Amino acid sequence: MSSKPDIYTTKRRGRITNMLFTSACFLATMTCIFLLVLLIWNIIIQGKGWLSWEFIERLPSRFPDKAGIKTALWGSIWLISLTAMFSVPLGVGAALYLEEYAPRSRWRKLIQLNIANLAGVPSIVYGILGLGLFVRALQLERSVLSGALTLTLVVLPIIILASQEALRAVPDSIRRSAYALGATRWQTVWYQVLPASLPGIMTGVILSLSRALGEAAPLIAVGAMAYVPFVPERLTDEFTALPIQIFIWTSRPQEDFHHLAAAGILVLLVVLVSMNAIAIFVRHKYGKKIRW
Amino acid sequence: MASTPSVKKHMQSSDKTTSDHSKSPIVRPSIPEGKSMRTADELAQATEKISVTDLSFYYSENRALTDISLSIPERCVTAFIGPSGCGKSTFLRCFNRMNDMIEGTRVEGEILLEGQNIYSPRTDIVSLRKRIGMVFQKSTPFPKSIFDNVSFGPKIAGIRRKKDLFEIVERSLQRSALWDEVKDRLSESALNLSGGQQQRLCIARALANDPDILLMDEPASALDPASTARIEDLIFELKEQYTIVIVTHNMQQAARVSDQAAFFYQGLLVESGATEELFTNPRKQQTEDYITGRFG
Repeated sequence: MSSKPDIYTTKRRGRITNMLFTSACFLATMTCIFLLVLLIWNIIIQGKGWLSWEFIERLPSRFPDKAGIKTALWGSIWLISLTAMFSVPLGVGAALYLEEYAPRSRWRKLIQLNIANLAGVPSIVYGILGLGLFVRALQLERSVLSGALTLTLVVLPIIILASQEALRAVPDSIRRSAYALGATRWQTVWYQVLPASLPGIMTGVILSLSRALGEAAPLIAVGAMAYVPFVPERLTDEFTALPIQIFIWTSRPQEDFHHLAAAGILVLLVVLVSMNAIAIFVRHKYGKKIRW
Repeated sequence: MASTPSVKKHMQSSDKTTSDHSKSPIVRPSIPEGKSMRTADELAQATEKISVTDLSFYYSENRALTDISLSIPERCVTAFIGPSGCGKSTFLRCFNRMNDMIEGTRVEGEILLEGQNIYSPRTDIVSLRKRIGMVFQKSTPFPKSIFDNVSFGPKIAGIRRKKDLFEIVERSLQRSALWDEVKDRLSESALNLSGGQQQRLCIARALANDPDILLMDEPASALDPASTARIEDLIFELKEQYTIVIVTHNMQQAARVSDQAAFFYQGLLVESGATEELFTNPRKQQTEDYITGRFG
């Protein structure tokens, strides 16, 4: 009896395993897509009659057919703009320091570990920190500024990590070449490393900001849960935001408010998808020119 | 058919002449037509550009170079040869202090550039690197336009006027024999150039700083033979104006392009001298073994 495997039977057995595994993976993918489509379909069906230009232009109201999302939409735009203004310089600056300047010490490793952990902290924790720090201690009250600062805390670790990743992707040969041409460290970073990593940094920034856009928990903690019948005009104004308005509507018992919530979700989704589209566009437009 | 015996005879006789020598056949420098190699006498008369005295180099505790003393003549090509890990690239990087970027390195001894010690605490590394350009083994264009690549050096040195920058870019690209190929597409990405063109672009980029010295770390090792030949021709052109130091593991290349050669082995400078002499009549057995291909 030969100890060598029979080439026909092994082939059949391998083929069956292969087929089973492939179908299992395919099924997993299909389940995810099906759930996603079901979710979006459900929201569209619920919200479609309620989504109109007036819906976007009207203020909130306790009468469902008069209620609109204007204050929440503007509140979110305020929040995201302010959060971007605070978190981008801070986050990119921190990433530049850690990657390009900080000596490779135990101290740096400790900071690195902490940032990675902070990125995983639930956002409600940041909300409570924001309530204690910005609302109470710094007496910024329940203002759009408090909200933006709290969201900055949420996205900062993510922006730092994404920017570090982008900076690390710039090959050292670029740095060496710049130094060999007599560039100082500042010139090397500013003229070569930063431009080369910009598409990656911008992608990370936009994706973290779209996460901030969908956050409700930390904003509820800093007190954005109020009825706000006006659009914020100053940093100290009270505000509400899209996810909060959606949350308020879904917690109402009346059926009509659930339709409003669905329409609100559609608005939020449109904003999110456009932000992600910008991220993809940026990566393709500027990333194409850069390859190593 | 009739000629075969005579050819055979000729081959036999030439075999005999070589075997008469106790040494194996040695790579003889083949000088491209119309180009001239500096003779030993010319080398001796050339002004000394760089003088290295008792240089030792350490990577933390490991000594990579031991007591190296060498004189590098102006407007000549000096080649560093030797097997991998012999310290030739480390030595090259000592000249523009690129080793400073590696943590835990230490230098003993001195390197004088026109009489000034480049390892003096008073040395400004930025100006040192502007006087001593460097070309790396792997071409490393910045992911930017051809123009931006070449103009980077002068730009960070403070030249801002577009007209001045353009003049420098044109002159540098002409000197690196790339101008005709790229003059119509200076704003295109440098990454679209071929490997050989990218390497000449890196040479142009170094020349744009108007250096005196050009360090080349195996500049042609990643290139095809045609591109290699162009780089070697270019080296011949450039030595009329610049002092060139080249690291190469290609014996033929060292023999073709250099005027002076230095053979390194295990961190020691085994032998140095005029290329023609070193390749035809090495003084040390190790050098001969390496040149003839018995090791390395």
